[in-house]
Amino acid sequence: MSTVEFRKDLFRDERDDNLKEVGQPTVRQDILGHVTGRTRFYDDHLFDGMLHMRAVRSPHHHAQIRSIDTSAAARMPGVRRVATAKDVPNNLNTLLSLINFGRDDEPLCAHDKVRYKGEAVAWVIADTERQARDACAAVNVDYSVLPHVLDVEDALSPSAPVVNEVYPNNTFDYHDLYDHQKLRFGDVNAAFAQADHVIEAEYQMSPIEQAPIETCGAIAAPETNDRFVCHTNTQALFFSLGTTAKLLDIASSRLHFIGGTAGGGFGGKVDSVVEPTAVLGAMLTGRPVKFAWDRYEEMQVGAPRGGERWRIKDGVMNDGRVIAREFTGFFDSGAYMRLSPYAIIKATGHLPGPYSIPNVASNVFCVVTNRTPATAMRGFGITAVDFAIECHMDRNAEAVGMNPIELRILNAYRDGDMKAHRRQAKNAAMIECCQVAAGKAGWSISADAAAQSSLHGGGTAERVAIPETVTDTEGKIGDRRSGRTTSAAPAANGQGRVASGTRGETATGAPVQNPDMQIDAERIGHKMGATPAVMPASPPHASTTAPPAPPTPAVRAAPVPPASPAPASATQQETAQPAAYKPDQPFSRGVKRPGTSPFTSGYRRR
Amino acid sequence: MAKTPVTFTLNDAETALFVDPGAPLIDVLRRGAGDLTPKHGCGQGTCGACTVMIDGRPHLSCLTLAETIEGRNVRTTGGLANGPELHPLQTAFMEGFAAQCGFCTSGMLMAAKALLDHKPNPTRDDVIEAISGNLCRCTGYEPIVDAILIAAARMQGRTA
Repeated sequence: MSTVEFRKDLFRDERDDNLKEVGQPTVRQDILGHVTGRTRFYDDHLFDGMLHMRAVRSPHHHAQIRSIDTSAAARMPGVRRVATAKDVPNNLNTLLSLINFGRDDEPLCAHDKVRYKGEAVAWVIADTERQARDACAAVNVDYSVLPHVLDVEDALSPSAPVVNEVYPNNTFDYHDLYDHQKLRFGDVNAAFAQADHVIEAEYQMSPIEQAPIETCGAIAAPETNDRFVCHTNTQALFFSLGTTAKLLDIASSRLHFIGGTAGGGFGGKVDSVVEPTAVLGAMLTGRPVKFAWDRYEEMQVGAPRGGERWRIKDGVMNDGRVIAREFTGFFDSGAYMRLSPYAIIKATGHLPGPYSIPNVASNVFCVVTNRTPATAMRGFGITAVDFAIECHMDRNAEAVGMNPIELRILNAYRDGDMKAHRRQAKNAAMIECCQVAAGKAGWSISADAAAQSSLHGGGTAERVAIPETVTDTEGKIGDRRSGRTTSAAPAANGQGRVASGTRGETATGAPVQNPDMQIDAERIGHKMGATPAVMPASPPHASTTAPPAPPTPAVRAAPVPPASPAPASATQQETAQPAAYKPDQPFSRGVKRPGTSPFTSGYRRR
Repeated sequence: MAKTPVTFTLNDAETALFVDPGAPLIDVLRRGAGDLTPKHGCGQGTCGACTVMIDGRPHLSCLTLAETIEGRNVRTTGGLANGPELHPLQTAFMEGFAAQCGFCTSGMLMAAKALLDHKPNPTRDDVIEAISGNLCRCTGYEPIVDAILIAAARMQGRTA
């Protein structure tokens, strides 16, 4: 199975790596605009005749929409258009569908029912913001209130209301098999039996709003060439463009997105909600339309960092070694999935934290509730579990009566150690981090702990081994709702065993990465120099390391330039072509070589 | 709706506009006078991104009715630099990394300018008090406080 290595030597030839900037004051390249007020944020683009769009929002956590009466609002002064779900051409999407992950589960505008407080059910477009607000208040929505669920574990009970019919078990379905993401490494239960202490605790992190000073917003306007321009403060410009094209069912070539400045984002501006809404407004009215959240909407509707609940059970020896760690995690995705299922994959890859623990088991649930949908925020998927892990390390230190920093150094991973997700640790710095933190805090540690290094002692035969692993098949999709599975924790008795292996080899039944997130090296390798003039008869890495049978992406079928007659400058071009991408060599796009920029040559992807 | 004529001085320039009754000053400055430097952050007087100076004192332009500035003197960040020559506050903000996204910066500069005009040698506590109505979500405030103190010292010919 072919995978891509992410390394620090990527783009090495484009980077000045003498690190002379570190520790030196520097001036931001964009700060002149900030201090003179000339930086143009999305709202600093002026349009004549701009209309204002506001959303009518659900006052309920969960309710059936019986009917929406917009007739009174449409007659209000200044109102140009009232729009509802039926005005959205393709009113169902999930953010990660752009990378083929997850099922479409979220409408831009609710039509059958609302699933969280503040969900949009209609929009009003009017001459002034005041008129739009007044007209929103005049839209009459007849709701039939449904029971709602706001707690992740309540949502898993068989009697919980179904929040989102696309995920009828209130969980994301991992790998079309389980209602949670599993991680199994070694045998935690055997290790717990041997441990001197077994320490359990539960940690809860609340949802956190990113609260940028500039709220989410966009201005869209028809251009003169049958396109729509959209000035936006999105943190993910092309994500927003793609999402808009999908929801509004128009060619992405008709969308001209301009971004690049965000008045704070912190992850809260990736959800691509305001852009399709503003462009829809411009399509429906033929006028420039601004759709921006006010502060209340930013706090109530703006997707926060999801709340997470983690239970950790550690097996600890009297000398401070953690020999087993078990996680049960619940990630509150809110009413729709957005980026949360991915955050859990990220979290699972991170377990058991920056420590070498020989036995690890984890069940993590992505749970649908009637809360505001969660999204990205600064390290989401990692932050909450790290908070839990580090609190737990302190508990472990207390239980065995040990200096908590020395206990961390004792258990810290080192270069070459096998992690629970079957990758070796690289560039580990946990030990050094602890040493510096101890120094800064004036916290004394032993001479032995101060002498440790991440560079040494890791990757020994013992520390690189993948142990024989106990597996189980508990928690299949639907088992919880039917009452067949009741415990959320990793199974106490595994039924299967996977043989031990070493060095990240694919052990039978335990692939290095799960298939959903498998990265196709062919698609991101940016293989260079693949014109017929220089291409070998058989591209070396394509034939030797390509995965056996993934469907070939269409992008690989590159047009074949005429082989002859060669232009006069062919020789020069050939010599200027960067070498083919070699997976084991430092990667180079060769953009410093004159005339071969991958952005202008047209051969960026062969 | 009948509009009201308002005449005021904006960054030393005589300005006359017709405004909607009840319109907030920030909308009149941004969409009417075309001065985009005050930023709309919350619209409810809590974030300070819209801070401007009216007759030398800092005011929240989102809560100030445009009609009330008749005959008064309004200054914004757009008028802080003297031609191409930056104000010492601007230079200190640049050198001290006192802005990241830049959205709160205009308001911060106005709050700081009002302080230094009024009190050329402020203490650190004075500076913290002066910008306490201005929220910044990026920097953690320390670089901003430092920059204001450095600017004050330079303007007085001292080293901070």
